Amino acid sequence: MSAAPAVTDASFAADVLASSKPVLVDFWAEWCGPCRAVGPILDQLRVEHGDKLEIVKLNVDENPQTAAQFQITSIPAMKVFQNGEVVKTIIGAKPKPALEADLAAFIG
Amino acid sequence: MRQVIIIGSGPAGYTAGIYAARANFKPLIIASSVEAGGELMNTTEVENFPGFPEGIMGPELMQKMQEQAEKFGAEVLLDDVTSVELAGDVKKVTTGGGQTFEALTVIVATGSAYRKLGLPDEDRLSGHGVSWCATCDGFFFRQKTVAIVGGGDSAMEEANFLTRFADKVYVIHRSETLRASKIMQDRAQANPKIEFLWNSAVSSVNGADALTSVTLTDTVSGDTRDLPLDGLFIAIGNDPRTHLVHGQLELTTEGTIAVKGRSSKTSISGVFAAGDVIDPTYRQAITAAASGTVAALDAEHFLQALPAETLAQVDNH
Repeated sequence: MSAAPAVTDASFAADVLASSKPVLVDFWAEWCGPCRAVGPILDQLRVEHGDKLEIVKLNVDENPQTAAQFQITSIPAMKVFQNGEVVKTIIGAKPKPALEADLAAFIG
Repeated sequence: MRQVIIIGSGPAGYTAGIYAARANFKPLIIASSVEAGGELMNTTEVENFPGFPEGIMGPELMQKMQEQAEKFGAEVLLDDVTSVELAGDVKKVTTGGGQTFEALTVIVATGSAYRKLGLPDEDRLSGHGVSWCATCDGFFFRQKTVAIVGGGDSAMEEANFLTRFADKVYVIHRSETLRASKIMQDRAQANPKIEFLWNSAVSSVNGADALTSVTLTDTVSGDTRDLPLDGLFIAIGNDPRTHLVHGQLELTTEGTIAVKGRSSKTSISGVFAAGDVIDPTYRQAITAAASGTVAALDAEHFLQALPAETLAQVDNH
């Protein structure tokens, strides 16, 4: 599990959609093994690139509305939002170098 | 330099770690960054591992194996091996994090990777209705219609698991007989939400933004038909994960790492292999664990036979 700040159905619009900075949302759940595995990697990326890319997490169990709105059917799913739009989707846990490559446009 | 590096952290890797650590070799287990614990991390209840009559959750079993290895001095590194140099007396193992470790012996326990159907739109729809992990993704198919492809124990277990969420679970299988164990077959066949589609192969996965249907081809008559689905789970087996050692270790015709007889000895002296990566047949947690034991004991015998000046180079870094 990542130590990233949590966003919820209630806070999603303000925290993510209205953000002036790109925001990566980690859609996760307690029962998802790969989600727990990728969490610490997202924490490292947050420390190293937090100035360019916000990283937050959304628990799909507790926030079904947002998960349904973005048609999440597989987790971990990481979506980058910019100006309220999804600009990048990453499905599945990946090693840090692979995530850095996927996110190069935002953290490079 | 180390005495033992173990690549992989499933039952084979961690069991090799327990034995090598108890032999005081301070093994380094390179466990992977996102797949530590291996395949059992994505399973639910394990009912056939001896010693757990009430069953044990796959992730909990792996956590306990890791703790047991660490208790005796194994070091677990959450990183991915990106390359190995196995020839020569000193083996080199490099990780995605950019570190290179040296060791006198290497135990390769890299397991296997999910097999894909090999269909054109499979990757595009992966994460959009197509999944390899029922325990991760079943939740999203509440009151939906899903199918699982496959006929082994994994397919039966996942079919049963998916009925917790889905209204209807088809099992799509190429023939009329299942590979799955009797108890797993009986359980799936007794489940009213599960329907078996025999002699059926998935010939395409369809949908614009998300999966809407699959095309099934009858393996006997050749007829095709569309089956509307919200989700497709794939459990058609695994392939040994040998890409790290291609061109270095001899492989069998089945694609596993070749070992000598009942040992774990590969084609290179000082390199041992264990678990699913050498096993095209049994592929159980307990057989992998046993195989890890064999590899640790083989590595121990190998190290004991080395000259004192070689062993003197070991500093466990």
